Amino acid sequence: MQVPNTFCGGPDDRGHFGNYGGRFVAETLMPLVLRVEAAYAEARSDPSFQAELDYYLNHYVGRPSPLYFAERLTRHFGGAKLYFKRDELNHTGAHKINNCLGQVLLARRMGRRRIIAETGAGQHGVATATACALFDLPCIVYMGATDIERQKPNVFRMKLLGAEVVPVHSGTATLKDAMNEALRDWVARVDDTFYVIGTVAGPHPYPMMVRDFQSVIGRETRSQLELAEGRLPDTLVACIGGGSNALGLFYPFLDEPSVAMIGVEAAGHGIETRLHAASLTGGAPGVLHGNRTYLLQNEDGQIRDAHSISAGLDYPGIGPEHAWLHEMGRVQYVSITDREALEAFQLASRLEGIIPALEPAHALAQVAKIAPSLPRDHLIVMNMCGRGDKDIFAVADHLGVRL
Amino acid sequence: MSRIERRFAALREEGRAGLVTYLTAGDPDRGTSSRLFAGLSAAGADLIEIGMPFSDPMADGAAIQQAGQRALKRGMTLRRTLAMVRELRCADDATPIVLMGYYNPIYRYGPEAFARDAVSAGVDGLIVVDLPPEEDAELTGPARATGLDLIRLATPTSDDQRLPRIVEGASGFIYYVAIAGITGTRSADPASIANAVDRLRRFTRLPIAVGFGIRTPEQAAAVARAADAAAVGSSLVQRLALNLDAQGRAKPGLVDAVLADVRALAAGIRSARVG
Repeated sequence: MQVPNTFCGGPDDRGHFGNYGGRFVAETLMPLVLRVEAAYAEARSDPSFQAELDYYLNHYVGRPSPLYFAERLTRHFGGAKLYFKRDELNHTGAHKINNCLGQVLLARRMGRRRIIAETGAGQHGVATATACALFDLPCIVYMGATDIERQKPNVFRMKLLGAEVVPVHSGTATLKDAMNEALRDWVARVDDTFYVIGTVAGPHPYPMMVRDFQSVIGRETRSQLELAEGRLPDTLVACIGGGSNALGLFYPFLDEPSVAMIGVEAAGHGIETRLHAASLTGGAPGVLHGNRTYLLQNEDGQIRDAHSISAGLDYPGIGPEHAWLHEMGRVQYVSITDREALEAFQLASRLEGIIPALEPAHALAQVAKIAPSLPRDHLIVMNMCGRGDKDIFAVADHLGVRL
Repeated sequence: MSRIERRFAALREEGRAGLVTYLTAGDPDRGTSSRLFAGLSAAGADLIEIGMPFSDPMADGAAIQQAGQRALKRGMTLRRTLAMVRELRCADDATPIVLMGYYNPIYRYGPEAFARDAVSAGVDGLIVVDLPPEEDAELTGPARATGLDLIRLATPTSDDQRLPRIVEGASGFIYYVAIAGITGTRSADPASIANAVDRLRRFTRLPIAVGFGIRTPEQAAAVARAADAAAVGSSLVQRLALNLDAQGRAKPGLVDAVLADVRALAAGIRSARVG
């Protein structure tokens, strides 16, 4: 395979990252998707749009998020020097808000008054509901009935924020079905509705747009580490469900050959058990939700259910740009089991006083594997993309603790 | 001349529109499904549309979603769908058969292998809902090479800028989706359907079938006055579902009940206009 001059040039004008991405949607949606693309292209080159987004990122979200030297964990691992990019300190407790604000500002610019979103764990739903409350827009969040049962606190949060949470009973009643239902809603409400997708997936321009909005993570990291260490990081580590926090961290470094990158998928009970959410490690290329990418599926092309202790990683696909970076060999993709993530979850809590979300706990478990054998001047930045308050009940349950 | 062309030519001779019926392959089980498909033509279906079950049918409403789930649960696959067509073809060499569904199972099968196997089973056309003109080259190539029609969809959101792109390279017929929405929900009013069909005719000489939201013989008749064919799916699938027992198994009268609806729809269409 030919190595491109830049890893940052994608997608092409049809939304393709190599063989992946594209616009695989029903004809009814095509004109809408093209309109979002045109509106985003215009907004992207309008300094006033970026200035407005920056204003809210600074004053409302609390950006820039700190880059924190995790000293005790560094000592504990006894090898590489570990930094956390602390996106868990954002308003609403995760990186999701970076993207939601961007998309909701775009929706306003397009004159769309009704916002819809899908959510799995509820983090993207909460972030979208938050942005809608801020800008006084009606918000409808589709959520699998199974997930509603698992994520009651976030459901209540969304309702407090004024959103309507619609339970989805179709299919397996999880995130992929919520996304199907959001697409069905959009098809039926083409005139007034904007669909805020929560990750770097979906039809073009969503994978690119969400990546751009999340790239603030990597840009900040770059300048903060320059200040702290006077140089680039050696290794970046981030967890991957759809892959938005990882791409946000990686993207501004893709063309720095000295920077290694590791994306951590959820191995659930283990890849061999089939109960996992590792689309790259355990899936195959396919077409779903508007893009071609790696998917968990059977021989007949039917989508398989994902499994992970972390609801935020529990998605049977992955963003198309990751599929491409995987095939180009630019980013290394590995997987971490539920059990390993639970250990890392407790380790960060005890040693750093940071209760991570189960999603970045997967990234930390990978750090725990590689850091000890790396030299002391090796700089690792891990994206602490969410905080663990939402996971307290699930973790207690797994540890056999009754609250 | 393909079966689809022959059928539309014959309908023009008769001075009437055609009835396209949709049912999902393998719903509720393979035996019942085969008997349904075998009875459609005699009941008055002019074109047979067969749904390829998919786990994530994003353009379908509850009725067809559940039909797909029932079929998949009983082990339906794309290969078995083709086998079902082959069997149907042995008994009826004239009625056009169009497969409708989503791209992933076809992609997984391999577009070239699929086009080849579909044609050899007796399939005449394909409707792939999530493959807009921007992305369908990888299937149009193999389809054209084997003589399979790739039927494009036009919708209320397809404007005058977009329609030329849709009809360019289309074959068989154009499927006009009458509502901006999913299957089995709302119905469009006859006047707006007639307007839309007139507009489409400015862009294409292909026959135009209209579907989505057509449930009753009266609605089918209204569409038949404007278009070349009316497609009915969800209401037939719902009739099928009403004839399942609590375990989801076919009750004895299922096939007759669905075919009775088909006969009523066909009568509606035949009453609509005289050449």
